[in-house]
Amino acid sequence: MAKFKSGEKKKVPQMSTSSMPDIVFMLLFFFMITTTMKENDIKVENTPPQATQIKKLEKKSLASYIFVGQPKPNYRGIYGTATRIQLNDRFATVDDIMAFISTERDALSELDQRSMTTMLKADENVRMGTVTDIKQALRRANALKFGYNAKKPEQQTDF
Amino acid sequence: MASKETPQFNSSSMADISFLLLLYFLLTTTFDSDYGLMRQLPAIPEDETEQTPIKERNVLEVFLNFNDDLMVEGEEFYVGDLKEKTKTFFTNPTNADDLPEREMRTIQYLGQMVVNKQAVVSLKCDKGTSYKAYIEVQDQLAAAVNELRDELSLTKFGKKFDDLTNADWREAIQKVYPMAISEAEPEAQGTE
Repeated sequence: MAKFKSGEKKKVPQMSTSSMPDIVFMLLFFFMITTTMKENDIKVENTPPQATQIKKLEKKSLASYIFVGQPKPNYRGIYGTATRIQLNDRFATVDDIMAFISTERDALSELDQRSMTTMLKADENVRMGTVTDIKQALRRANALKFGYNAKKPEQQTDF
Repeated sequence: MASKETPQFNSSSMADISFLLLLYFLLTTTFDSDYGLMRQLPAIPEDETEQTPIKERNVLEVFLNFNDDLMVEGEEFYVGDLKEKTKTFFTNPTNADDLPEREMRTIQYLGQMVVNKQAVVSLKCDKGTSYKAYIEVQDQLAAAVNELRDELSLTKFGKKFDDLTNADWREAIQKVYPMAISEAEPEAQGTE
């Protein structure tokens, strides 16, 4: 029979925490590099549809975003449940897109203006009528570089 | 001269400071998904010029109705088969009469190639079509073109199209298989 010594106390050696700052710093650098600051608060539902043939947006600084979807639950009291367009931080209509594009375009240098891309971030439940209205408005505003935002099928988060 | 030792810097608070910073970045981080299907919108024509009629065999008509049902060339169709259908449409391997016309063309870097003349996929949808279904179809069509490009690129240059670094080679392959998807304006049949 094995014997258990219960009375005798064994001292566990103290763990050295001197490498803790290094580990934390490593994590810190990882997050610092991968972070992109949230530029605008999304006020509409935004579940992108899934697609396999997606390409990465080349230059994020040259992109302007149009969000489309149902207002999020906390905005429904004011804005209702119909599909809305969000430009920057506020709700807008299709007619505002022209002004929005020209403001976005003016913010870029002349060289960059040609490569300006408009990303449509629409919820998967949006109807194509709205999407087409937006596309027509973009054509009128002469913002022809365009992208449908989508995510890869298997991924759960956008990691 | 008495050498003065510099007092040791107490770095025990370093961990706390970096933890604070770490927490800040952890909380503000969002992993933005900036991936998507990139398209070039057609410019608005300046004057209403008469469009040259396109032969019926050169167009693959794809239509999505308000119930998200797919119709290809007038018949109900399953989305999963759309990619193969589109690939056959663009290549016309058997030189069939109801598939796009082909012609010999000399393309720089590729030599003599049999290409379709001006085959185009016309994607139409209804105002009530869901964005999800529309993107699914767009994805299948893009997959068809991308696969054809990859196949050609592998045989000619031994690399996939996306891995080609030479811009001229890319352009040559794009000439053979352009992303010929026309997005027509939707019809208003269903309810929004």
